[in-house]
Amino acid sequence: MTILNLVFIVFLGILFFIAYFHISNYILDTYGNKTLKRYNFENSIRVIVFITPAFIVLFIFILYPVFETIRLSFYDKFGREFVGLYNYKWAINDPEFRRSILNNLVWLLVVPTLSTFFGLVIANLADRIWWGSIAKSIIFMPMAISFVGAGVIWKFIYEYRGPENTQIGLLNAIIVSLGYEPQAWLTIPMWNNFFLMAIMIWIQTGLALVIFSAALRSIPKEMLEAARIDGASELKIFFSIIIPYLEQTILVIWTLITIIVLRIFDIIFAMTNGEWQTGVLANLMYDWMFRGGGDSGRGSVLAIVIMIGVIPILAWNLYKHRQEQKI
Amino acid sequence: MKKFSISSLLSQLLLLFFVIIWIIPTFGLFISSLRDKDLLAISGWWTSLTTTEVNEIYRMSGMESQIEEDGYFKIKGKLFEDNSGKKIESFGITSKKINEFNIGDVAVFKDESEVLLDEDGNYEWRSKTEFKKKKGKRLFTTSLSPPAFTFENYREVLFKEGIGRAFVNTMAVALPSTLIPLIICSFFAYSLTWMKFYGRDTLLAIIIASLVVPLQMSLIPILTIYNDFGALFGVAAKSYPGVWMAHTGFGLASTTFLLRNFLKSLPNEMMEAAKVDGASHYDIFLRIIIPLSIPAFASIFILQFLWCWNDLLVGLVFLDQVPSEIILTAKLKELLGSRGENWEILTTGAFVSMTVPLFIFFALQRYFIRGLVAGSVKG
Repeated sequence: MTILNLVFIVFLGILFFIAYFHISNYILDTYGNKTLKRYNFENSIRVIVFITPAFIVLFIFILYPVFETIRLSFYDKFGREFVGLYNYKWAINDPEFRRSILNNLVWLLVVPTLSTFFGLVIANLADRIWWGSIAKSIIFMPMAISFVGAGVIWKFIYEYRGPENTQIGLLNAIIVSLGYEPQAWLTIPMWNNFFLMAIMIWIQTGLALVIFSAALRSIPKEMLEAARIDGASELKIFFSIIIPYLEQTILVIWTLITIIVLRIFDIIFAMTNGEWQTGVLANLMYDWMFRGGGDSGRGSVLAIVIMIGVIPILAWNLYKHRQEQKI
Repeated sequence: MKKFSISSLLSQLLLLFFVIIWIIPTFGLFISSLRDKDLLAISGWWTSLTTTEVNEIYRMSGMESQIEEDGYFKIKGKLFEDNSGKKIESFGITSKKINEFNIGDVAVFKDESEVLLDEDGNYEWRSKTEFKKKKGKRLFTTSLSPPAFTFENYREVLFKEGIGRAFVNTMAVALPSTLIPLIICSFFAYSLTWMKFYGRDTLLAIIIASLVVPLQMSLIPILTIYNDFGALFGVAAKSYPGVWMAHTGFGLASTTFLLRNFLKSLPNEMMEAAKVDGASHYDIFLRIIIPLSIPAFASIFILQFLWCWNDLLVGLVFLDQVPSEIILTAKLKELLGSRGENWEILTTGAFVSMTVPLFIFFALQRYFIRGLVAGSVKG
């Protein structure tokens, strides 16, 4: 497809949706009141016009797939024959699956916790320093770039050359200058997971940072002043006032990063492709979508395991929503 | 007072420490993308401002270029182009002893031919007898290269490695994938906020539940739908419209949710007044809602656009990995596999892929942050 064709279909695609809303509403505005007479009836047609495209998309891309994936998890690799719990039994006995779920758990434990922690500390530091907003910008910047881009950046840091060569990876150069042997960081089982997690923490700390910065402003200045006058140290203020005050925000950020980490795929796919025991569920799932012509049963089981991870958060969100509606 | 300033100094140092740790990886990538590729392969980017020692192997010209002069047969030539500023320190004639001779020394080969070399790479190879070999002998040089920066890597990556086309493809994926959800979700959010109909609360609850559903749940069924659709109508299963709709689907819940939160904050009286004046919902939407929502649209546009620009999985699953369809992230991943040692290509490619996000980041940071904060505090 030439670039010109591409530009053309891009415009056509966007125009299609604008035209749909404009034409259908124009017809309703011009002829609706005369022929339909009753305002209510016109109103319900209008609702249908407004909702239909979004609802169709929601149905095809979210609602139907959720149920279809659940169904497929009980079927064979082509989705034709019912096999009961076979795919689930396979998963439990598969060493790759166990490894992935273990890795995922470590990711879930380490990344949200450290990102939230760094975010909170940096937000607090930057809040009191005149060049704090520049510092925040810099630490927030990785949020804007892709996981794959970040992968390349860090792969360059972890680059390994044999001990007889000059190291061009920063980490190995430091290690060598301190008199140690250079290491192929990404191939050391167990530890390589932490080198991959460092990338995610590097990215997500920015997210935590900006949200905490916004939240810090809501702490009453008088309270902090009073504490300072009473001679409380900054550390004491941090632990006794700021953390309790931001409890809710900490929880929100922690869950937010947890959701992102649960479906982590790009970093591992780009850096190690799950080799050297770094695989996580999303990578294993991608693998099974295409391995040996694709196995929709096993792939679906893996998707469901990821889904199970978010169900508590989903339930909590719905509960909170219900509470808000009551008020 | 003194205690306060020490603690302030400590916090400044600590913050500086974090800033340095956070900026160094990206900075190293940027510097590397501008370095000469031969230097990049042999020295760390932190040495890019100093001269670098380079070991190289060159071959002198063969018998065709020999001339007779002063009773000698001579071959004269230049080992490398002189625009690089490279200065040879020492050289050798066997791979065992590459530093055997200094500039000015006469090196003697086994066949008693002699070679003279100057620091700019000009050599004179002479022999009493005629040269009989088509290929010249090898010289091993150790030279000092001054810092060299170039845009050559960018030219190479954009036009030869296909990153340029991938950039266009990514734009063609990301723009509609951002605008389409924005269009349909603004109507959807409007009706969820300002229109009364049966099932509205249920729909809202579904949106909130969908916010956290991982997109992995949708991949297999949608891929099946696309394949069936393609087979049924005889069109390609993987196509740009397919990706747009997939991104629309995955971004629908969050876009709707953010817009609804914003619309809910608008004063009800305004809509009522407009309705009394005989305005239809579409009038209200066009004349009141859209102008008021521009800042919210900007935030949501940026979030969704960055999401689509940076996405890998959706582009990998729903597009063919061919030059006319491959997106930047997928291309980068491909290069990581095939050109894993060519750091000039990887660093430059990665930086090209980051230009648009970084531009958005620096130009529109306010809207970006506002969108993130709005999305998180609620969700």
